[in-house]
Amino acid sequence: MNLGPHADFIVAAYALTAFVVATMVAWVVLDHSAQRRMLGDLEERGVTRRSQRSGS
Amino acid sequence: MNIIDLSNPTRFLNLVNRVLPWLAAATAILFAAGLYRAMGAPDDYQQGATVKIMFLHVPAAWLGMLGWTVMSVAALGTLVWRHPLADVAGKAAAPIGAAFTFICLVTGSLWGRPTWGTYWVWDARLTSVLVLFLLYLGVLALYWTAEDPGRGSRAAAVLTLVGAVNLPIIKFSVDWWNTLHQPASILRMGGSAIDPSILTPLLIMAAAFTLLFFTLHLAAMRNEILRRRVRTMRMMQAQEARA
Repeated sequence: MNLGPHADFIVAAYALTAFVVATMVAWVVLDHSAQRRMLGDLEERGVTRRSQRSGS
Repeated sequence: MNIIDLSNPTRFLNLVNRVLPWLAAATAILFAAGLYRAMGAPDDYQQGATVKIMFLHVPAAWLGMLGWTVMSVAALGTLVWRHPLADVAGKAAAPIGAAFTFICLVTGSLWGRPTWGTYWVWDARLTSVLVLFLLYLGVLALYWTAEDPGRGSRAAAVLTLVGAVNLPIIKFSVDWWNTLHQPASILRMGGSAIDPSILTPLLIMAAAFTLLFFTLHLAAMRNEILRRRVRTMRMMQAQEARA
């Protein structure tokens, strides 16, 4: 595939987009693990939400 | 399960957990197909290979505006019905919409240099999209810095609705003012002005980016619901410790 005389601009656009998309994916995945870990820690210490108490 | 059931955060989380893997897989397949078609698309007779930047720039521009539209609907839900899931949806959409608007601005700039001879001009389309990006940053600042999350959410919802005025300005800026940016060539009266050999990969990439947006949005909403649960549980723990 020949990208012509402006290949640098095309490659830079695709690289930047890939970087931003990868950052967003990493953000949601890492944030999910962090929230799950914090919830797990609280539950291990016996902290429960009101809705869980009334349900039990 | 009806729409009212989905307004319950726990039921919403169950649905998101079931749907997310399928959405992520569909997004990956569409991106693979879109990139394959985009790389095989012919060069434009005037712009040459730089037309390949369009496959990123145009979907990113659409999603930057879609993000604000989603936030505007959510802002109505927050201010009128005070529904907690609406606030979650608005807050989760803001960083994603900002990221797509950022991609739109930078890829547009990288496309502008070889085609227009400049990275940036203060014309109506470029400036109104920059204003959209700044509005996103303003909403994010309100969400992230407010001491009371409830007040922060209401302030962000008001700014979102005020900022929605910018959406038609972005869309019609190329018709209302003389701009360097080209007029609408896809969504216009009389049909698309783009050849199918370039339009097809563009539409596949747009579908892939749209699925990516909704996948990320649902995942971010799930995280935000969990974050609020953690906050509530910590407050209860602190209250119990005091009592």
